[in-house]
Amino acid sequence: MEKVKKISVTGEGDILSPFNYIKRIFEFRNVLPFLANLSGALVALIILGFLLTLGAKSLEFAKNAGVANILRTTWNPIAEEFGGLPFIATTVLVSIIALGISVPFTLSVSIFIAEWKRKNMFFDVFNTALDLLSAIPSVVYGFWALFVLTPFIRILQLKLGYPPYGVGVLTAALVLAIMIIPFSVGISREVLKLVSSDIKEAGFSLGATEFEVTRVVTLPLAKQGIIAGFILALGRALGETMAVTMVIGNFNAFPKNLFSPSNTIASLIANQFNEAWGNHQSALILLGFLLFLITLIINLLGGVILRGAKHEL
Amino acid sequence: MKKIITLIMISLAGTLYAQGVELTGAGATFPYPLYSKMFDVYYQTTGVKVNYQAIGSGGGIQQLIAKTVDFAGSDAPMTLQEEEKAGGEVLHIPTCLGAVVITYNLKGNPPLKMTPDVIADIYLGVIKYWNDPRIKKLNPDVNLPKLVITPVYRSDASGTTFVFTDYLSKSDIKWREKMGTGKSLNWPVGIGGKGNPGVAGVIQQLEGSIGYVELAYAKQNNLPVAAIRNKAGKFIMPETKSISEAANVKIPSHTKVSITDSDNPNGYPISSFTWIIVYKDLSYLKERRKAEELFKLLWWVTHEGQQYTESLDYASLPNTLTTVIEENLKKLTFESSTVWKK
Amino acid sequence: MNYRTRRTINRVYKIVLYCLSIFTVLPLIFILLYLLKLGFSAINFDIITKVSRPVGEPGGALNSIVGTIILSTLAVLIASPLSILSGILISEYPQNPLSKILEIWVKLISGIPSIVIGIVTYLWLVKPVGRYSALAGSISLAIMMIPNMVTSTAETMKMIPKEIREASLALGANYGQTMLKILIPVSLPGIISGLLTGVGRIAGETAPLLFTAFGNPYLSLNILKPMNTLSLLIYNYALSPYKEWHRIAWGAALILIFLAFTLNIISRRAIKRWTT
Repeated sequence: MEKVKKISVTGEGDILSPFNYIKRIFEFRNVLPFLANLSGALVALIILGFLLTLGAKSLEFAKNAGVANILRTTWNPIAEEFGGLPFIATTVLVSIIALGISVPFTLSVSIFIAEWKRKNMFFDVFNTALDLLSAIPSVVYGFWALFVLTPFIRILQLKLGYPPYGVGVLTAALVLAIMIIPFSVGISREVLKLVSSDIKEAGFSLGATEFEVTRVVTLPLAKQGIIAGFILALGRALGETMAVTMVIGNFNAFPKNLFSPSNTIASLIANQFNEAWGNHQSALILLGFLLFLITLIINLLGGVILRGAKHEL
Repeated sequence: MKKIITLIMISLAGTLYAQGVELTGAGATFPYPLYSKMFDVYYQTTGVKVNYQAIGSGGGIQQLIAKTVDFAGSDAPMTLQEEEKAGGEVLHIPTCLGAVVITYNLKGNPPLKMTPDVIADIYLGVIKYWNDPRIKKLNPDVNLPKLVITPVYRSDASGTTFVFTDYLSKSDIKWREKMGTGKSLNWPVGIGGKGNPGVAGVIQQLEGSIGYVELAYAKQNNLPVAAIRNKAGKFIMPETKSISEAANVKIPSHTKVSITDSDNPNGYPISSFTWIIVYKDLSYLKERRKAEELFKLLWWVTHEGQQYTESLDYASLPNTLTTVIEENLKKLTFESSTVWKK
Repeated sequence: MNYRTRRTINRVYKIVLYCLSIFTVLPLIFILLYLLKLGFSAINFDIITKVSRPVGEPGGALNSIVGTIILSTLAVLIASPLSILSGILISEYPQNPLSKILEIWVKLISGIPSIVIGIVTYLWLVKPVGRYSALAGSISLAIMMIPNMVTSTAETMKMIPKEIREASLALGANYGQTMLKILIPVSLPGIISGLLTGVGRIAGETAPLLFTAFGNPYLSLNILKPMNTLSLLIYNYALSPYKEWHRIAWGAALILIFLAFTLNIISRRAIKRWTT
């Protein structure tokens, strides 16, 4: 940095002596694009390499075991059976249930925050708690769920006549729901704030009640953004690993009911990757690649809708 | 900017701070309580750090083959397929004996007796409730509740599972035909726990569950263990003595011997050796110093280290085995010269 | 509908909304208090001064605390120069073909599940090198941070009004000076906020570390060897049957939450400074 200052302040360099020439190369305005291009290329290379690695390993599976193999229902690596359908199904099922549970709560909380005019202590605590909850690591949620949530689920299961495992699809979905509420509230809150207060005040001045303004003005305007928030939350739930791994029950088959143990793609990989080799390893990588593609599509969709919504408001 | 530079310097210093030798091992959770104790003592006395990560026997074997760890721990000998994949001769060094116990969570911790066919049917989902007539018949004095049985198995590829299923395959025809022997199976019922600690953790929490873990895990957590009927028809409790009885057989020099379903009338039927597995040619360790340290460690574990077995509910190696192990250890080479020196 | 009915509906709506909101946030606050309570009762001198002990013996989390700090710091050191410079490339050289590709690609991989990053890092850095290492762990964490940091840097710099840049150039400052003295300082809070959000996310990350940093019961400063982190400790101890280990895990969870909380507050301060 010192060097940069000296050169630019004196402004010399009209005569290109070899010394000045070298100095000019190292001048900040020349170095910066070089560095920026270098890092840009490196990041692009990492991303490209990332996709190529996943793709190559997945192709390896397709070549050695046949891609149809992953579309079966039995997972038994010892017998070279790599049916991944149960995990794909459970991944989608758990995430959608979690999203379903979170929707009413997310909606009410974000409307509450957006429409609550008075700034006071309560409001601050409310907001801070939400921010803080979104910062708690997945593994801590899993730990909490294992010791606090599972006993409750067990009581519920006993009452309903199911085996009282405590862990299973519903438990995992509940933890995920708790984890994504702060996240989707964060997005909807942002979108709702963008709804211009002029329109709302116009509504109030015409004698509309708060309910009517929310129903007729705010929600229709913010609808798209809120939906985008839910889609992005779904994307996040799909790839969530640790909390799910700790409470899903690690059962390698389709869940029979909401309380059954099962495995998601992410929890299967977390459980088995270190001990996998050959086709078993590439099957796990192929499933990981599929998970990546699913989240990619969901995130792109959410991102596009969100951008559109923000643009309109 | 200064802070960042300082941080970089600290990180670099950390890199260069490679004091002493550190050995990395991974695998079985079965002997983990013993290994973590032994390696701690070993570090206190020699200053050599041995980092053993209990990720399951299957994980240990695969990571040894991938050469990302220096040694593997396993309670299942390598399969033919695995030895082929290893691409070099491997040595199985037995380190101690242990028992896979049937443990459960029922109110009042009643002592239970079990037979292989009942255990097999519980894990096959045939016996669903604790008050099943077949369990009652074995335990007429126990007041068994009408509660769902939750079988707990291992979610990782496990040597403990191998020993357990090896026993059931030997003693129950139905199990042999339907499930067979292996480190990981396609379980029809139940929930999975990660490692021996994971299974013990689930059982501790979940009333009505049943599971198989190493004796030390049950003892340390005051979990009840079942007496198992052995081949001679006697119900045997898992104890270091009954484990040693089961190991009282002729052991071949490769030491890969299954001692489940023992003929010995006083032997506990689900006993097993557990092994540390290394390549015979230690060149993959890259430094001769490391190879020597690994040799010393294995020697210590199979000799002085044995004093820690009994207090942690493992059985020590039979004396007859010592010479066999020593012969095997002397075979270890590094870049085609033996590691062992007189 | 007369005014009175509308008022009544409005009142009912408000009550339902408030109740639902409180009903949502109360359990969340309960979780938080529960974690804090157990965490605080677990925190003692041993946790921060002792390392892991053999199975079942009480010990501490010093090795994990140090590991978390080293791994996160290293991840930041790897990720920030790459991301900031790539962000500059996107915002300052939009006509550059690389810049266009990068802008799209970075968005593509920003939501990638962390476990998949773990797989790739294992295949790149663990298996070929022949050892698990803290370095591989921090590179996987850095890969997690990069996409969001690039985007936040690029977006912050794009938002700087053109007039500021022109004014600086008009006053005779050259491009280098404008960059160093004007553009970077102005966007620094935004960049830092992106950075801190990233750190908050990776500090408690576990999944990719299962296949990279692996774990270590000893206090280790060598980044080329396996290392333990608080998140790995929580995962392993939580699933174990030992009461003493559960206690240490609650303590570790509290330390992680505290870390996340501090970063969160700092980054919100940074955003505030930047927006006002």
